[in-house]
Amino acid sequence: MAEATLRVFRGDSNGGQTVDYRVPVAPGMVVLDALHYIQGHLAPDLAVRWNCKAGKCGSCSAEVNGRPRLTCKTRMDDLPQEQPITVLPMKSFPRIKDLVTDVSWNYRVNRKIPPFEPRKGVEWKISQLDVDRVQEFRKCIECFLCQDVCHVLREHDKKEQFAGPRFFVRIAGLEMHPLDGRNRAGLLKDQLGLGFCNITKCCTEVCPEEIRITDNAIIPLKERVVDEFYDPLTMLFRVFRGQKHNL
Amino acid sequence: MTTSYETREHDVLIIGAGGAGLRAAIEGLEQGASVGVVCKSLLGKAHTVMAEGGIAAAMANVDAADNWKTHFRDTMRGGKLLNNWRMAQLHAQEAPDRVRELEQWGALFDRTEDGNILQRAFGGHTFKRLCHVGDRTGLEMIRTLQDRGVQRGIDVYMECSVTRLLTDNGRIAGALAYWRETGRFIVFKAKSIVIATGGIGKAWRITSNSWEYTGDGMALAYEAGAELMDMEFVQFHPTGMVWPPGVQGILVTEAVRGEGGILRNKAGERFMEKYDPKRMELSTRDVVARSIYTEVKEGRGTEHGGAYLDISHKPAEYVKKKLPSMYHQFKELADVDITKGPMEVGPTCHYMMGGIRVDAETAQSTLPGLFAAGEAAAGLHGSNRLGGNSLSDLLVFGRRAGLAAAEHAKRASAPSIDDVQIEKAEKELLAPFSNQGTESPYAVHRDLQEVMQNLVGIYRTQEDLEEALAELEKLKTRAAKANVEGSRLFNPGWHLFYDLKSMLVVSEAVTLSALARTESRGAHSRIDYPNLDPVWEKKNNIIVREGGQMKRRESPVAEMPADLKQILAQD
Repeated sequence: MAEATLRVFRGDSNGGQTVDYRVPVAPGMVVLDALHYIQGHLAPDLAVRWNCKAGKCGSCSAEVNGRPRLTCKTRMDDLPQEQPITVLPMKSFPRIKDLVTDVSWNYRVNRKIPPFEPRKGVEWKISQLDVDRVQEFRKCIECFLCQDVCHVLREHDKKEQFAGPRFFVRIAGLEMHPLDGRNRAGLLKDQLGLGFCNITKCCTEVCPEEIRITDNAIIPLKERVVDEFYDPLTMLFRVFRGQKHNL
Repeated sequence: MTTSYETREHDVLIIGAGGAGLRAAIEGLEQGASVGVVCKSLLGKAHTVMAEGGIAAAMANVDAADNWKTHFRDTMRGGKLLNNWRMAQLHAQEAPDRVRELEQWGALFDRTEDGNILQRAFGGHTFKRLCHVGDRTGLEMIRTLQDRGVQRGIDVYMECSVTRLLTDNGRIAGALAYWRETGRFIVFKAKSIVIATGGIGKAWRITSNSWEYTGDGMALAYEAGAELMDMEFVQFHPTGMVWPPGVQGILVTEAVRGEGGILRNKAGERFMEKYDPKRMELSTRDVVARSIYTEVKEGRGTEHGGAYLDISHKPAEYVKKKLPSMYHQFKELADVDITKGPMEVGPTCHYMMGGIRVDAETAQSTLPGLFAAGEAAAGLHGSNRLGGNSLSDLLVFGRRAGLAAAEHAKRASAPSIDDVQIEKAEKELLAPFSNQGTESPYAVHRDLQEVMQNLVGIYRTQEDLEEALAELEKLKTRAAKANVEGSRLFNPGWHLFYDLKSMLVVSEAVTLSALARTESRGAHSRIDYPNLDPVWEKKNNIIVREGGQMKRRESPVAEMPADLKQILAQD
């Protein structure tokens, strides 16, 4: 049977190094299978997060040959096997152990987002067209690969000011819910740092669900913020009426 | 050896953060209880996320003739009448409200022309009944519940495994758990505990289940003295992936058949004509799984030992829209374009009908203060579950469990925590670090999966089951001796050591019950007893721990009231 070498990060918050493991390669095998082989036969304490192994839960994120990916959807036969395949933990989050990182920050950000609230007196009739429009955002599996690759988080570590692509997708899903009555534009502008995004589209590139994060979520949200806060006519109108912005 | 631990206190502690656990948590909060949710994974990764096809609820949006009575009848017939009829009734009656409520909390479902929730056909359901959104209904459901729960103020303890329920004079007092990240212990004091830990599929080699499905909740309840029921009924979903090897067992949603998918054997024959000419591909899961198994066994299987499932006669755009994740799954993992050609599929261990014995109204187990809902509980599905009845089960009985647990907590006095129980449990957990020898928990797990796959599978015989019991004894001895390398810091080998203990408990319970039931009913098929036996229609197998030993006994099925009997008799 063919073999491959996996070069896997072993270590914790204090540091560590990569270790090479030889694994047999079966047809159709994915990187997560190789990691399981290592756990089962070579290094029983290798820490890896995973759940469904079917690309539906978004648990097994890592950086394979330098690219943020779901290891359950990364086929070994798509990677060059003459050289070691490197598997490193997501860089944007604090390391816990081996491939497991501390992603709890994401859950704290999520708490800031006001949930769905139906408009008053709304009739529960929705057209399929409206459902289709927001589907894209709602299929996010929270793998946090977009958070990992986003330079605002990865290079500049703006976690206190910036929510990251995942949560712009989530807000897009709420804002474009046909019956939602809230306005989250102020939150996006003031607390979630939407303005930090300079649309490099790295998030879109790594999304395993192929959500067009930048084009379909972030840019429309940016437009919404602009309409709300920077539209000259609206601003003028507000000055005359003495209105405050929505939060 | 350290025995230090932190302590948290809640009125209601919920173990498991899938659909049932989260729905129970939301209801507990509504009732004014302080609620904690403990889960082995990160929030939002529970098995519910993988549910694809939909939620069964007789809303009659597509087929106006549908109503709770028909749903009740379908559920009872699907379960071959072994279901707890009161649970089946409550489930059918309350499911539509639970779906509407989910929608009011922000879930979006596919729609009918006139803007209502769209419903699709599914195996064993008389009418189009499954509310769905493409083939990712579970994800929509879990996100909705997760966000609702978090916003309402549940405390979530993520990546935390409960290893022991603590009792105080025969009632629930709390639980001991450890943080997976650090390996440190945490003690929860609680007046009520709801078990919502899902199933046991990881004891089989070919399964659609994730690593979490190791039967912990059932084992915890059993160890604490609660009764388990119907443990012989393990559902093998007819359609899992069979090729390539790494993806073997991954679920292929029944929605493929719901949307018109056709099953064929190697010779191109539509073999369901032989096994269930009336319902064909939309027969119940037990029947379809056995049919595929038989075709393969008799030499009519595909290249990789499965059957062909074909949806490519439908327009490509339709397939991509209604089954998007199946389209991607096959394209990326198996190099198959399902809009152009057939999938190869075969049975995969999928769902546990049995579990913790509960009261229909309150979801309380036989141990006061201990509740159970969802897959971890027994009763609703009898000997075979219909597709789509699981998500509705989670909502209906999750809510009921949360409600009753909160009420119980209001009435109950504060239990006292027994340090002796905690110390004993801690010692057991840390034992593998000082075990000598070379036994690996991974090796024991692999061998357990072979035993269950080969001897306690779709078709069973007395000989196989007896052999399985003997093998399980050996595995128990090996598991106890297994040693763990490394530290307590996020150590999967150590985590598996504990999960293995749970899997061995439930595996033994399944095998004992399967051996006793000398008939074939629903998902339990005995080659040596191929027919339904009316005597066994009136009995449930009960598993209970007595004097440190696993004991099986039988309990009579409660008599169904006349009005329900009448509904059941109608066509």
